[in-house]
Amino acid sequence: MGLLTNLRESISGLFSESEPKRIGIYGPPNAGKTTLANRIARDWTGDAVGPESHIPHETRRARRKENVEIERNGKTVTIDIVDTPGVTTKVDYKEFLDHDMEKNDAVKRSREATEGVAEAMHWLREDVEGVIYVLDSTTDPFTQVNTMLIGIIESQDLPVLIFANKTDLEESDVKRIADAFPQHETVPLSALEGENMDEVYAKIAEYFG
Amino acid sequence: MPEATTPEDGDDGVRIDLISGARMEGLASMEKIRLILDSVRDGDIVVLEEGLSPEEESRLIEVTMTEISPDDFTGIEIETYPKPDSGGGSFLGRIMGKDETAKKLTVIGPANQIQTLHKDENLITALVSRK
Repeated sequence: MGLLTNLRESISGLFSESEPKRIGIYGPPNAGKTTLANRIARDWTGDAVGPESHIPHETRRARRKENVEIERNGKTVTIDIVDTPGVTTKVDYKEFLDHDMEKNDAVKRSREATEGVAEAMHWLREDVEGVIYVLDSTTDPFTQVNTMLIGIIESQDLPVLIFANKTDLEESDVKRIADAFPQHETVPLSALEGENMDEVYAKIAEYFG
Repeated sequence: MPEATTPEDGDDGVRIDLISGARMEGLASMEKIRLILDSVRDGDIVVLEEGLSPEEESRLIEVTMTEISPDDFTGIEIETYPKPDSGGGSFLGRIMGKDETAKKLTVIGPANQIQTLHKDENLITALVSRK
């Protein structure tokens, strides 16, 4: 039995190079991470990953979409997409009351949100092999959460692509994001409208293939 | 901070702990996080002379999340100077061994009491309110 197990592990080790890489989609709340995850999953598998909302912390559990095959320039890349809750250092249930939520529901949502952020940090340290960092290009990227998360990703030597999302909005400023993180490649896109997805897929294939 | 004196009851000032790099150096990661969060949960502002490593920052976020509770503790506000080149340093720096902490002054406080008004590479301006 032990021999068989060892043999199986040895054989699987031989093929580990071809196993899909787990690519985490990270970023602050409301950057459009789930919209992007759904766009990628729908384009290549036909299914969605999870519900989208303008209310912060809609995603409160990390969700994995396995075996997403992306074809670009004659090359096929297979990845698992891990859509993660938006990372923050604070969660106050009162902010949900502004979205017409009852107190009990707001408290429950905030508790789930804190669990989700903790889960996302754990995935980042232990379980992802590459990161797509999504930012809302209409907002200031010089926040402490962004600085810390990019620092954490860099300290783990994970390949990272920065996606400047929401380019369909008038206030979008992609250059501000590129200037904030000049050491990484910034790709503009609108996950909602599907703008510039060709370049998005080309970069995913290049970085995570 | 066992050496510090405790304000008298009724004193509604804001306490600031300035923690030297030497004091943090001898602590394990979880001891550092505990030291920070215990102070912050008491409504104090913590200023670290040398900051935390990325791994410790990651764990600080994770532990903070587990301690948030409605109407009591809503989390932390944390600020450091942005690194001039946050790209993990130069090639030479990387082969010589990265200094992950990068000795960056770090300010941490309760999210409901500290608000960052301005931050650039040389200046952090924060507004601190009483509990």
